[in-house]
Amino acid sequence: MSNNRLSLVWKGLIKENPTFVLVLGMCPTLGTTTSAINGLGMGVATMAVLIMSNVVIAMIKNLIPDKVRIPAFIVVIASFVTVIEMLMQAYVPSLYAALGVFIPLIVVNCIILGRAEAFASKNGVLDSALDGVGIGLGFTLSLTVIGAVREILGSGSIFGLSLGISDYMPLVFVLAPGAFLVLGFLMVLFNKYLKK
Amino acid sequence: MESSLKNMVLVLFTITLLSSAAVGGVYLITKEPIAQAKEAAVNNALKQVLPEFEATTKQTIEVNALPIVAHTATVADKAVGYAIESISKNGFGGAIRLMVGFDTEGNIVNINVLEQKETPGLGTKMADEGNALHSSLVGKNAGKVNLTVKKDGGDVDALTAATISSRAYAEAVAIAYEAFKVACGWQSTAGDVATGASKQEQKGGQNE
Repeated sequence: MSNNRLSLVWKGLIKENPTFVLVLGMCPTLGTTTSAINGLGMGVATMAVLIMSNVVIAMIKNLIPDKVRIPAFIVVIASFVTVIEMLMQAYVPSLYAALGVFIPLIVVNCIILGRAEAFASKNGVLDSALDGVGIGLGFTLSLTVIGAVREILGSGSIFGLSLGISDYMPLVFVLAPGAFLVLGFLMVLFNKYLKK
Repeated sequence: MESSLKNMVLVLFTITLLSSAAVGGVYLITKEPIAQAKEAAVNNALKQVLPEFEATTKQTIEVNALPIVAHTATVADKAVGYAIESISKNGFGGAIRLMVGFDTEGNIVNINVLEQKETPGLGTKMADEGNALHSSLVGKNAGKVNLTVKKDGGDVDALTAATISSRAYAEAVAIAYEAFKVACGWQSTAGDVATGASKQEQKGGQNE
């Protein structure tokens, strides 16, 4: 793998981090990060859809007339989400029980359509797959961090393991206002220290 | 490709056709495993809330205009327990579904939370091991205790700072008991359950 390709992955993780830098897909970010494991699950499911839709869109990009590209992309993305939902329900029911409610949300995540439009429709199949990996990892990382911070501050546990301090923690962090607060502060820290 | 009408119609038609074929194909492949997984989940929940059994039969009983599924567990064709898939629509975050197991006397064997969307850290505690709701109900005879939370004059310990979730939980158990009475033949039709969960609507505006 050339250096250039590696930097594609790195770019999605840090320099163009979808949550903290591009500020895309805020609905699932704020809604699902009540705990670290929920954030991780949403991130991984989104990454799976993103990689597959990027690959397919890069393959068929030359066959799609420009004016109907958005509806074409949405049909591809929605089909992948539905397929993934059914496969998870059939073969990993325990994972589906934990994440099932988030899966349909992926269709409306603008990161997926954004990457299809901004990257996959202009680049080759391999590059688009790597872009999907990078952006997907960036999204997963951000959601897990936000979820972990909210879980520690709000319910005094991490990945479901109690730290024994749950009675003293301000509950607001697992509720909606806490999502905005944590996202805002993490965004400031991220942009100050990591994004060079 | 050029954006002529013919091209656009043709390409969109082909993409939607292929996509729906793919989705339909996966549906056909996964239909059977999904049904099996759902059945396994129900059987697993049944094992947790019932005494040892050999076979189960199920029926649907209407309580409060909700269809409640009642499983009768048998050993050598003799009923040993009843598991009721109960539901309350008055949770803080929507419906709460419980599996409540009774023995033949109406004693609560165990309660398993099948589905809930309560506030994390508050109402979600209803699914934790040894929470107040669970431990104040399991082992009690449902006919001898008042199935409402203590705040409403009942015998059920509520979760701290989650009164609405607790009321819904108690209501679901009360509904389960109504269905149980029909399932084991004590009554021919189920009565209505009025609990704190529905009273709450008139009072309004309290903490969860």
